[in-house]
Amino acid sequence: MATLGLSPMDWLIIAVYFAFILGLGYYLKRFTKSQEDFFIAGRKNSSWVAGLAFLSANLGALELLGMTGNTFKYGMYVAHFYWIGAIPAMVFLGIYMMPFYYSSRIHSVPGYLKLRFDEKTRVLNAIAFAGMTLLVSGINLYAMALVLHTFVGWNWDVSMWISAATVAAYVTMSGLLSAIFTEIIQFFLIWFGLFLVSVLGIVEIGSVREVFARIPPSFATLWSTSADPMQNGMVITWAGIVLGLGFVLSFGYWTTDFLVVQRAFSARDLRAARMTPLIASFFKMAVPFLVIMAGLVALVLAGDPKSGFALLNDGGTINYDSALPLLIQRYYPAGLIGLGVTALLAGFMAGQAGNVSAFNTVWTYDIYRALINPKASDEHLLWMGRVTTVIGIFLSVGTAYWAKTFPSIMDYMQAIFSWVNAPLFATMLLGMFVVWITPSGAFWGLLAGMGSSVFLFLAVKFKWIAAATITLSPVASDMAANFWRAWWAWLICFAVTILISIFTRKQPKESLVGLVKGLTIETAKTPVPFVKTPEFVGIVSIVILIVLNIYFW
Amino acid sequence: MKSIWYFVGILLTTMGAIIAASGIYSLMRPPADPKLFAEYHPDLWWGLFMVACGLIFALLNRGKTVR
Repeated sequence: MATLGLSPMDWLIIAVYFAFILGLGYYLKRFTKSQEDFFIAGRKNSSWVAGLAFLSANLGALELLGMTGNTFKYGMYVAHFYWIGAIPAMVFLGIYMMPFYYSSRIHSVPGYLKLRFDEKTRVLNAIAFAGMTLLVSGINLYAMALVLHTFVGWNWDVSMWISAATVAAYVTMSGLLSAIFTEIIQFFLIWFGLFLVSVLGIVEIGSVREVFARIPPSFATLWSTSADPMQNGMVITWAGIVLGLGFVLSFGYWTTDFLVVQRAFSARDLRAARMTPLIASFFKMAVPFLVIMAGLVALVLAGDPKSGFALLNDGGTINYDSALPLLIQRYYPAGLIGLGVTALLAGFMAGQAGNVSAFNTVWTYDIYRALINPKASDEHLLWMGRVTTVIGIFLSVGTAYWAKTFPSIMDYMQAIFSWVNAPLFATMLLGMFVVWITPSGAFWGLLAGMGSSVFLFLAVKFKWIAAATITLSPVASDMAANFWRAWWAWLICFAVTILISIFTRKQPKESLVGLVKGLTIETAKTPVPFVKTPEFVGIVSIVILIVLNIYFW
Repeated sequence: MKSIWYFVGILLTTMGAIIAASGIYSLMRPPADPKLFAEYHPDLWWGLFMVACGLIFALLNRGKTVR
């Protein structure tokens, strides 16, 4: 494919974006005076600001390109990532878990583990999270440079260093506040920048009904072909979707991954914090219009020889990630191309800012202050946060260069999440809802869960055991293996935590007040109409989810 | 501090104006190799739509401060 040729108007739009976010970082610096401002944005954000940032922290460009490509490959099943694979977990976080997180005034998810269990569990999770974040951040950076090089023709090193330096500049100036502001800007750029791709695709094909009529029947449904893995594009059963994606991976990511949960911590009060994931859930359900529809349009066009549309072919391997850029190239004139490229750039850079702002918080509070300098002053922690931001960016760039020499690392992104998040969800669930779970149970359970996930990954990869052994079906895709591995890691962590807790010393109940369901006194709430309560909003979100699943059954 | 919605409005207005200007230019001097549906001028209409949305955000939040 010829690269997306950029006109002066396109360059102008990209330049406006860079100037704007740097200016914004500089403007916000004057409001970032304490460590509380830098790491947690002063806990003053409204639920809408925190909610859109919560969603945008997950809505990176790699996700947009990857999920559009996955739709081309797997069909409508990819919508499970946005619906059952996200909404129940977001509602659960808002309704049940956020009160424990927010009321304990912690700065990070590992901080909760310290309060609920002990230091060693906190440090174990903090180190795993910091390592995962740097790895994912570097892979994202590498992916961004690769995409810009392939589709826009930019120099690999230049695009990576400029974007990394820009992120380092504005996060160093104003921390989480600037990360959240740029995430909200990214949200609007992605919608305005990519919405027309799906619209013009539908116009070209004729109608949404025509799009669905022209794809294979197994690609057009969500559940009706899930009884037999051979009948659907993802080669997975409904059990794998429900247990692996819908339960473990989804809950593990949306309720415990500090990168997204940190946005809710920045809310101004408990109600705003609880509303954060609930507001985000509605927008999450709408994202398939951008990615799923674009992927289906690409699928229809590729199946029509008269359209002249075909995905890139790299030496016999289809490049599924090329679907979205190829559609941009097909429909967008000058000016709009600049907007589309800026939307992707914003997605990459906001993702980078999200990673580094989560990393600097976990490093500063859960590793540096916990292990190295417990008496650090407010000013010193603020300074450490800024230094860690720059170091984190450098480490990400280093990881990106490493990923360049080992490009298949990108295939392991889902696997990396299942190593850390899936078992952590079992620890959190037990910690928040079962009083007698002990610190030893939590620590050894978490270690066993993480270890088993890595072991299962290596065992399948090096064929020590067959993939079918963990997927419980004779055939399975890599995606199915990821879902099932996450389920086993969760189950092992859950079982080991309970088993060890039975035989080890319990904590006094007084020390768990405010941290565990049943020991927490419900504080008097400011009265709000029922329709404005998190419970009602959560129910509405779940009802819409059910309707969507029935409609596309 | 000014509200984030004000900044969103400023950015959408600026980018929309650039895209609309690009659309007007291609209306007056059509490109040699037009893209699919160029006859509908999506750049012009989308640019104007962005300007309208941006102005709504910016004007509604112009005097508001938060924190």
